Amino acid sequence: MVNRVVVGAHYGLKDWLAQRVTAVVMAIYTLYFAINALMLPAMTYEAWSGLFRGGFTRFVTLLFFLSLFYHAWVGVRDIWMDYVKPTGIRLVLHMLTLLVLVGYAGWVAQILWRL
Amino acid sequence: MSEVTVRKQRPKHLALNEIRLPLPGFVSILHRVSGAGLFLCLPILIGLFGMSLGSPESFESYKSVVGNPLVKLILLGLLWAYMHHFCAGIRFLLLDMHKGLDLASARSSARMVLIASLTLTVLIGVKLW
Ligand code: HEM
Repeated sequence: MVNRVVVGAHYGLKDWLAQRVTAVVMAIYTLYFAINALMLPAMTYEAWSGLFRGGFTRFVTLLFFLSLFYHAWVGVRDIWMDYVKPTGIRLVLHMLTLLVLVGYAGWVAQILWRL
Repeated sequence: MSEVTVRKQRPKHLALNEIRLPLPGFVSILHRVSGAGLFLCLPILIGLFGMSLGSPESFESYKSVVGNPLVKLILLGLLWAYMHHFCAGIRFLLLDMHKGLDLASARSSARMVLIASLTLTVLIGVKLW
């Protein structure tokens, strides 16, 4: 009989994997964005917003942000689990983290689709 | 069997101010700090992003906000956080794939991460401002 207490960060293969997949998505997008931004003729509103008005860039930008929010959810939850011991407070922090991230997702979608 | 068990002092009390982290440990804790810092500053970053894309008028106010020296300093800090988190993150992904796990490579890749992220921050910072 193994008396193992399952606590602490980094259990859960699914989350571990999700954090890595989203990291790769963000890394690729970062390079894509950097190249596009470097190729802008000038930093005007027309050029800058034109970058995100293209269907493809708008789509991958949303994908980047959704990856970011999922990634941050797993990462920040790990941090709470490592440092916050009282269960009640920790659960409240988990919920607050989740709620702000869902809110940010809506906010970003609205910024991109208003263009 | 003879009694050779070494009696260890338990519990251990860590003197945080006396611990000298090895370079890879330093990169690792900065990865956590940078990730947490970026998370906490997300509302600022998304807010600025929204301002820059809202309308030609809000774009102008975005420009004057990021022109403020204090805001510039904060953004420069966040740029470093992103660069460090990015470089260290790629290093962790490679380590996860069992690349560069031996001590010598792990040390030199940790040093490379620190140098690369600082260099990128300076280069991009100079280009933007
Ligand atoms: C290109 C972008 C990024 C890459 C390649 C990346 C990579 C990674 C990797 C591989 C981990 C797992 C580290 C581990 O388990 O030890 C991680 C953790 C984390 N990331 Fe990212 N990340 C990126 C962007 C971001 C952003 C933008 C944020 C914040 C909003 C963020 C927040 C976090 C947090 C809070 C953790 C948890 C840290 C910890 O447990 O110590 N990441 N990241």
